Amino acid sequence: MAEKPAKKEQIGRQPMPEQDAKVRARNFDEVPFGLEPEAAILEASRCLQCKKPACVEGCPVSVDIPAFIKFVAEGKFTDAISNIWRVNALPAVCGRVCPQELQCEGKCIVGKKGDPVAIGNLERFVADYERNNRLAPMPEKAPATGKKVAVVGSGPSGLTVAGDLILKGHEVTIFEAFHKPGGVLVYGIPEFRLPKEIVFSEVEGLEKQGVKLICNEVVGRTVSLDELFEEGYDAIYLGVGAGLPTLLDVPGKNLIGIMSANEYLTRSNLMKAYLFPEYDTPIILGKNVVTLGGGNVAMDSARTALRLGADSSRIVYRRSRAELPARGAEVHHAEEEGVEFHFLAAPLEFKGDDKGRVIGMKVQQMELGEPDASGRRRPIPVEGEIYDLECDLVIIAVGAGANPLLTQSTEGLELNKWGYIVADPATGKTSKRGVWAGGDIVTGAATVILAMGAGRDSANSMHDFLTRGW
Amino acid sequence: MFKIVEREEMAQGTVIRNVIDAPKIAKKAKPGQFVILKADEKGERIPLTMADTDPEKGTITIIYMVVGKSTARFKDLKVGEGYMDVIGPLGKATHIEKVGKVICVGGGTGVAVLHPITRALKQAGNDVTCIIGAKTKDLLILEDKMKAASNTLYVCTDDGSYGRPGFVTEQLKDCLNEGGIKLCVGIGPVPMMKFVCKMTKEYDVPTLVSLNPIMVDGTGMCGGCRVTVGGETKFACVDGPEFDGHQVDFDELFQRLASYFEEEKRCYNEYCKLSESKL
Repeated sequence: MAEKPAKKEQIGRQPMPEQDAKVRARNFDEVPFGLEPEAAILEASRCLQCKKPACVEGCPVSVDIPAFIKFVAEGKFTDAISNIWRVNALPAVCGRVCPQELQCEGKCIVGKKGDPVAIGNLERFVADYERNNRLAPMPEKAPATGKKVAVVGSGPSGLTVAGDLILKGHEVTIFEAFHKPGGVLVYGIPEFRLPKEIVFSEVEGLEKQGVKLICNEVVGRTVSLDELFEEGYDAIYLGVGAGLPTLLDVPGKNLIGIMSANEYLTRSNLMKAYLFPEYDTPIILGKNVVTLGGGNVAMDSARTALRLGADSSRIVYRRSRAELPARGAEVHHAEEEGVEFHFLAAPLEFKGDDKGRVIGMKVQQMELGEPDASGRRRPIPVEGEIYDLECDLVIIAVGAGANPLLTQSTEGLELNKWGYIVADPATGKTSKRGVWAGGDIVTGAATVILAMGAGRDSANSMHDFLTRGW
Repeated sequence: MFKIVEREEMAQGTVIRNVIDAPKIAKKAKPGQFVILKADEKGERIPLTMADTDPEKGTITIIYMVVGKSTARFKDLKVGEGYMDVIGPLGKATHIEKVGKVICVGGGTGVAVLHPITRALKQAGNDVTCIIGAKTKDLLILEDKMKAASNTLYVCTDDGSYGRPGFVTEQLKDCLNEGGIKLCVGIGPVPMMKFVCKMTKEYDVPTLVSLNPIMVDGTGMCGGCRVTVGGETKFACVDGPEFDGHQVDFDELFQRLASYFEEEKRCYNEYCKLSESKL
């Protein structure tokens, strides 16, 4: 026994094999290939199996990380997935898009001295292994309760609620406004980071368990919440996402070639404009592309632009590198692929040609001042330091707001001053009886896993309501 | 699938009318609202304002001009076939109330959008005068229906092949000169709407227009359909599609509609070639 820990320390973090940066910057295939079983077993053996695992505390849905990793170390991949499934219906997604460095891996004890256990890569491995081999038994369903639940929105939080409540014996129907399920996982996150086939496979899994999926139904327009109650639904979960683009109020803002990241990514991802003209939806192919913003959406946009053939893809961000809100791996991948960063830079004005197409922008140099309400140092303009950037496509990825389509057409739903739904942080209950909400429409734009965590809490509260009353 | 139950070629096959089985949308839709249609897996999402609905039969009617690949693909759909996706009703409904004398001006396929609004305005007790126009007689649509939906109907053709020769604005000017007009609704190509609004502004007659900019989701998510109205950015999909015509920046709208001009041309040409090779 005495030798065991020493042996573990000798094993380094297993590298994730991935496409060469130059090659992948021009294709839409997924960047990492995934771990081979041998590497996964070796990586899993690095886990110390802590008695009080800090990693689990760092996980918004409390995946039993040491337990599933132990199964991986023993080569029992199917047991590993069954274990994760108990609390996480979307492991293939989480393994790819969670900010592990801030969550599980950020708390990993092994990481105190060296590199943390690659929990995300292992989760991804286990989920992919199962998807490719289909060996795990379906999670068991509780006896039917006869209660009906409507889930509005098929993004990460809605899918979590659906997955939880179907297992608890309720009838679940998901309503999706788009023609395909997945929400931001499908319209927002690009193929090279999260292949759509994986999302659809996770949704199919839910359908196999009995979840009904209705696409093309805009709740708030096609049908109202009150009509859903009249149709016999006993409880409703709202996971509609933030869904309102933030645009800039500077001269030239409506020139052709200035678009929200929502539009750019929806065209490319959901509508497959990167395959135009095989697919009918076009997209502007910029030669010199500027993306404004510093989050994951900005990284996704800038990297998509490269793949669509841009000669240059620049990120213009008003704070410095240290404040970039994007996941570390995304910034790293973007830089490797050739995305250039202009830090401490803010757009002042867009210039267009006689056809109304953007040809350039004026940029104001910034410096960091005192911390603002977010705790980050506020960027302030450096007087007189203004420069020009040539660009024929500008993607605005500076955040999202609350889409009012559903909330404005619903009586009795309390909203905060920004238009987000007010929901109990512990239960997801809203001010409207029988209605829960979670994810970005409550918190503002956040992460996939936080939305899933909110879905989990709401699902538990909804189950209590359905079996015991409000 | 959303099945096509009726199909009609109008204006010598350049304009198509589809009656589509879509009961949930038919039940909810009001005049002025639109749907988004997608023909098949690889199709584009195309917004079209509904020309009619029948809540009892559970159908909606769309009328569109064939202008590119997507509408050409729509045209190829036969009765019994259908659209893979139809989403709606989207946008705000027209505000209908009794105001007195109203003028409805329609051009091209805008007449199709104007029809349910005209009918509702007349039903609300307004005295409705209609002016509809087309380039030439063969391209004129819905004359009989517009006649039934209004109290007085004027027809204009650009080439003088039918009705009054010239643009709808000339007839509009005569009507405005008679006075007493409380509201104008103008729906058609962007230049037509622009000139209708320019004229009604001189006479201080409030004017509604229905806009059809480039759109992706139709739920306020992408901002592709943004238009400048009274100096503010509005989303046609959720704030419209109808706006105060005197406040709309039509020149910006016209430019933005050409965003994908080259791509659309290329796509359409390839589709036409493919269709020819199949014959």
